[in-house]
Amino acid sequence: MFEGISTQLLFGQVLLGLINGSFYAMLSMGLAIIFGLMSVVNFTHGAQYMLGAFIAWLLLNYLGIGYWPSLVLAPVLVALTGMVLERLLLRPLQGLDHLYGLLATYAVALIVEGLVRYKYGSTGLPYDNPMPGGINLGFMFLPYYRLWVVVFSLVTCIGTWILIEHTKLGAYLRAANEKPQIVETFGINVPKMMTLTYGFGVGLAGLSGVLAAPIYQVSPSMGSSLMIVVFAVVVIGGMGSIVGAAITGYMLGLVEGLTKVFYPEAASVVIFMFMIISLYLRPAGIFADKESV
Amino acid sequence: MVRLLLLAVVAVLAIAAPFYFYSVTLMTVMCFVIFACSFNLLLGYTGLLCFGHAMFFGGGAYITGQILKTTPISTELAILGGGAAAGLLGLVIGYLTMRRQGIQFAMITLAFSQFIYFIFLQAEFTGGEDGMQAIPRNDLFGFVDITSNFTLYYVVLAITALCVFLYYRVVHSPYGEVLKAVRDNQPRVESLGFDPEKIKLVAFIISASMAGVAGGMKAVVYQFATLTDASWPVSGEVILMTLLGGLGTLTGPVFGAGIIILLNDYLAGFGEWALVSQGVILLVVIVFFRRGFVGEFSALAKYLRRRKAAPDAKAQQVGIEPAH
Repeated sequence: MFEGISTQLLFGQVLLGLINGSFYAMLSMGLAIIFGLMSVVNFTHGAQYMLGAFIAWLLLNYLGIGYWPSLVLAPVLVALTGMVLERLLLRPLQGLDHLYGLLATYAVALIVEGLVRYKYGSTGLPYDNPMPGGINLGFMFLPYYRLWVVVFSLVTCIGTWILIEHTKLGAYLRAANEKPQIVETFGINVPKMMTLTYGFGVGLAGLSGVLAAPIYQVSPSMGSSLMIVVFAVVVIGGMGSIVGAAITGYMLGLVEGLTKVFYPEAASVVIFMFMIISLYLRPAGIFADKESV
Repeated sequence: MVRLLLLAVVAVLAIAAPFYFYSVTLMTVMCFVIFACSFNLLLGYTGLLCFGHAMFFGGGAYITGQILKTTPISTELAILGGGAAAGLLGLVIGYLTMRRQGIQFAMITLAFSQFIYFIFLQAEFTGGEDGMQAIPRNDLFGFVDITSNFTLYYVVLAITALCVFLYYRVVHSPYGEVLKAVRDNQPRVESLGFDPEKIKLVAFIISASMAGVAGGMKAVVYQFATLTDASWPVSGEVILMTLLGGLGTLTGPVFGAGIIILLNDYLAGFGEWALVSQGVILLVVIVFFRRGFVGEFSALAKYLRRRKAAPDAKAQQVGIEPAH
């Protein structure tokens, strides 16, 4: 069927697509959660992803803290800085037009990226693979670390989904999303929930950053270009849908990988083309409810 | 009367400026004045945040450059061609993006601009990473030589004046009033029998073509067009200019563009600090001065006038009309 294309190449790209998809999924899930509760398009998301990777690199090179503790520490640090940001900057802008939230987070992204670039230059910094080696599956070579990334992100996405759809906390969150005033009358501290939600969302970005560090190089610009693709992913999936965002993320990662095999010239634009088609056919997004157009 | 006098002063200053300042910097400022005006028409008067306006700017630059390079068509028509091409792009993108409302519009336009960026990166005619080099300055109207920067300055000034006048006319036309109404209360406008989507789409197309003219002019001034013009940091820059100048103010974009271009010029040697300072300025404007430079200034003027008018208010109570 696929004449002239080696299975090695095919499966290699499928794996790469799944890995990219894992990052798209985790990042777009975080974006969707934050948008759902706070109506803020978090433009700092890419910078927070980069920050996660950078913190892991700094911990390793200055404190000798390795990959595994960083996998917990870096996201927590990113989440904490995010919560401070939410309290100091986003909270005062809550009552205003939503575009101010977007622009404020954009400004923060500029500052963070600029400062990191000033301090560490724009070239990538290498991060050692914590799980060297791999297994030969016969038709392809599967590095352990890449397998780990795919499995771990799947677990994270499913865990987040369970947290939001099947726990009491998640129920509060969804309720506050729909009718914040009514939820508040039940004695739930909605502003505090917003802070925690923002922290959780950007923590996911930080976690993705640590996961990405051994695969891609750690560089100041690693987040900004990725984030635009993630925006497209969220638009395709439908802004309100958290699960939709994750599924779309994996799907588009795969599509992108396959495009690299069959028509490499279009690989960088295929996701945007998908966005155009989906905007035309399903203006509200693939996974959105009909009402939320 | 005062306004006319002010206009005359500005005109004299603009005509005298190239004798005292570097004309290329002045021309750059003017290109961005048009660009910022086009953006203000969208965000300030229509309430649409387009986070990919650089695609029209860069698109205009490439198309104008391509026309000048491959045909003997005169420069002003080539710039117009760049504007028309950008407008056409605006029509297609606007048609697709108007289906989503509010803040999502920003994300979609950003994604679109990245799509266009990659197309420019891979297209043959743009020269990819190297950019489009050696764009000639064909004679204006077919007979006026504009190869010297000094002459070109006055051409750019004339185009800028024309564009700003057009922008002024659009904002103050009945259509401009409807635009503002759509921004403030879309359902109301709809109930009055207007079609807000069509109105917004027209604004988007006008704005896109203006941005294309600005880009085309920049390509003529610098005689090259690069990917940077179409990249998303430029989209961010024009947002900053517009907000800094004052959203929905007429003269705001002029001040915003001027301040940011001069700042960039000054900070060019400091590397990353240009980026950081842009972020800081944007943040300060958003948190403290949301009305922007012109907006805060006119608010201050209004406050002072009211304070001066306070004794008049007392006079009014006893039935004496205050003199104006």
